[in-house]
Amino acid sequence: MTPPPARSSETPYLPPGLPAPTPAGDALDAPYWEAAQEERLLVQRCDACGLHRWGPEWICHACLGFETRWVEVEPRGRIYSWERVWHPVHPALTTGCPYVVVLVELPQADNVRMVGNLLGPATDPVEIGAAVEAVFEHHRDADPPFTLVQWRRADEP
Amino acid sequence: MTGSLRGAVAIVGIGETHYYRHGQSPDAEFKLALQSVLNACEDAGMDPREVDGFASFSDDRNDPPRLAAALGLPELRFSNMQWGGGGGGGSGAVGNAAAAIATGYADCVVVFRSLAQGQFGRFGQGPRVPRVRGRNAFTVPYGLMSPAQAFAMRVQRLFHDRGVSPDTQKAVSLAAYHHAQQNSRAVMHGRPLSGEDYDNSRWIVEPFRLFDCCLENDGAAALVLVPAERAKDFRHAPAYILGVATGVPERAAASAHNAPDYATSNFKTVAPRMYEMARMSAADVDVAQVYENFTGGVVMSIIEHGFCTYEEANDFIRYENLVAPDGRLPINTSGGNLAECYMHGLELQIESVRQIRGQSPNPVPGADVHLIASGPMVEPVSGMLLGSEATL
Ligand SMILES: [Zn+2]
Repeated sequence: MTPPPARSSETPYLPPGLPAPTPAGDALDAPYWEAAQEERLLVQRCDACGLHRWGPEWICHACLGFETRWVEVEPRGRIYSWERVWHPVHPALTTGCPYVVVLVELPQADNVRMVGNLLGPATDPVEIGAAVEAVFEHHRDADPPFTLVQWRRADEP
Repeated sequence: MTGSLRGAVAIVGIGETHYYRHGQSPDAEFKLALQSVLNACEDAGMDPREVDGFASFSDDRNDPPRLAAALGLPELRFSNMQWGGGGGGGSGAVGNAAAAIATGYADCVVVFRSLAQGQFGRFGQGPRVPRVRGRNAFTVPYGLMSPAQAFAMRVQRLFHDRGVSPDTQKAVSLAAYHHAQQNSRAVMHGRPLSGEDYDNSRWIVEPFRLFDCCLENDGAAALVLVPAERAKDFRHAPAYILGVATGVPERAAASAHNAPDYATSNFKTVAPRMYEMARMSAADVDVAQVYENFTGGVVMSIIEHGFCTYEEANDFIRYENLVAPDGRLPINTSGGNLAECYMHGLELQIESVRQIRGQSPNPVPGADVHLIASGPMVEPVSGMLLGSEATL
């Protein structure tokens, strides 16, 4: 199935100044970060048994195979859990609270989960199980540039 | 399994420094550690030169060779760190020390923890760095960077899946503050908390209010462990180790919040092994010291140690049931991490020993069996049962 056109944003959800993500020193997750900049959502998939996995790891925990490929998955999911942050724990967030963090489950990829922010007014009600779709949030002025994978409420698929 | 620690080792000395608000210690962290060790030896009525081993947890910065040199110990025979889990390592460190004694590695081991956050920085704040990599890259840029933020979604999921009410969190908080009012060592002594105060307190991160969160403190705490056959040579009634276990379920530490069982304190596999070693069950436990990083984790821990089911939780985890002396399960009878002091949980072992000796600020008469659950929601967690001589 061809993934639908990706949604993107040039306006960060959180204020500037938070630590920027960079690929791991051992390059384990580098393909994910490169693809995010191209508005594609990748996860790992075991060559031997086909299991999707997240977060990135060098080995498949199901069959212990090392052979892994990065596969593109449809950037949709459902809210597995959430939290609304009111107390800033970083100077960059003193003007950014409240904000909502969501844990999104991807049924099309063996229910792996991803952490992101839920875009939209932070005080709106949040419902576990609600459908969401990814929004690629570009930080093009960062050095080096990076893209975060955020989420917004979606119609049921 | 060929052996068991049940009844083989006892805690005969307890010591702590003054407990300070975070960053307020006038003394260096290493000096606090030394003071707590000496206080524990003094409590036991023994010469500190008899200590021949140390065990700690959570990457304590005060290493045993330096302690042994500073204290002029004739010989250091055991130097041990419980790997991972932060405060979830407290009971594990005691278990490691007990195992060393039971197997002849050492004869008198001190378990300790020392924290001076003014000297070294705080737990509850995000990293002040320009970049993050590895597992942090998948959480920190989204503003998920403190312990409270790391655990709030687990508790939210508990409430959703199991019908557990947030009122259970309030009960845990009120019980701790109630107990701290009788404890002159407690940082929150003289600062009672009413239900109204709790309800009006600000959100830190939903579903945690201010009073659902542990303190952060400076200070040090220490325990002296010896073989059971020598336990009566010291000043106070011994507290015997009945059972101890550490660990986590399958893939509990999977990154980006991918643990298969998510809404858990991580005690589901550990508690049964602890009870098995002690040849006991939840029904035998008289008082429980349940590590509180956040109250929702205490709720999970109470359930996963078998004191009630998920369905019974809203009825069981009520204030009246959690307070000494008459509650069905008095918990955190010194005030614990919420209201006595955040000594990374080691104050919970100390309070259990005080209960066994009859020295607790909130004594539970006739209580012989004491649970300490170190952890919740971290990897690994650990737990232990302590008993009076009557339990052997
Ligand atoms: Zn596989």
